[in-house]
Amino acid sequence: MLTRLKTQVPLFSMNSYTKLREKLKLSGLSFASTHSHVIRLGRHSRHNSKMAVCIAVIAKENELKFHYTVHTSLDVVEEKISAVGKAMADQRELYLGLLYPTEDYKVYGYVTNSKVKFVIVVDSSNTSLRDNEIRSMFRKLHNSFTDVMCNPFYNPGDTIQSKAFDSIVSAMMVQAS
Amino acid sequence: LFVMADEALFQFLHNEVIQYIYKSSEHGEMENGRCITKLENMGFRVGQGLIERFTKDTARFKDELDVMKFICKDFWTCVFKKQIDNLRTNHQGIYVLQDNKFRLLTQLSAGKQYLEHAPKYLAFTCGLVRGGLSNLGVKSIVTAEVSVMPACKFQVMIQKM
Repeated sequence: MLTRLKTQVPLFSMNSYTKLREKLKLSGLSFASTHSHVIRLGRHSRHNSKMAVCIAVIAKENELKFHYTVHTSLDVVEEKISAVGKAMADQRELYLGLLYPTEDYKVYGYVTNSKVKFVIVVDSSNTSLRDNEIRSMFRKLHNSFTDVMCNPFYNPGDTIQSKAFDSIVSAMMVQAS
Repeated sequence: LFVMADEALFQFLHNEVIQYIYKSSEHGEMENGRCITKLENMGFRVGQGLIERFTKDTARFKDELDVMKFICKDFWTCVFKKQIDNLRTNHQGIYVLQDNKFRLLTQLSAGKQYLEHAPKYLAFTCGLVRGGLSNLGVKSIVTAEVSVMPACKFQVMIQKM
């Protein structure tokens, strides 16, 4: 069910991407419970050819559509970044703007100089969220992520455990009613 | 731009770290390069964090040369209060960064005295550069050489991923 990523991403950092993606869902709908699906990503191992690399358990009500939306947005992000070298100098912002609109959602992107991608998914019907508000959300995320990177207990590539980061992200998200 | 509060503080701490690594080394670690590796790895992790901070508000880098120029100018200034004096490249992935008055060597000597100890005082910075580049998506091997202190050259070899 999980489609293969077009962009090459080593498995150990996919964990942190997945965690980030799970956290960065923004929606006018309330959250489905996180029990509705389970995805386990294994550590890449050349010696374990008989072991599965990934196992997913998906119930009827699930959040996989958000994973899919964010996942497909990665390709749009790649396109935008690879265009920077050829484009004009003023295209060198970290904020990428609206990546693409779907029927129900709008997807925004931001890539740091350290190649970390942030994606924010917003409900299409939420017209009150302005561009500069989205920008400031990314700014907050970037600042908080930088703090995580500088935390001596954090090893780059690990899943983010920081409570401070968690609360910044939670404050931006619609909570389940 | 992030600015070091007090340069001397960092230099003293850096020197103490080197003393500590060597004093607490186990049998053979000095000779087999393990101490140098520990210092380099420390620099690596620090470089990763520093780069995250320093590039938070900068524009996106155009290409590899843009990244190297950033290391030579902004990064070196933030850490060592001066820029790299000379950057050379063969445009095929090798860069040589020359610092004619490297801050971490100025207290050692102004010539050839203590030259044999210089590698210890360069290891952390090699890691710093390698870590910074790594977090910018550039994989590299960084080495350093000194012939007359306090001038030194850092060689960056870009590894194709």
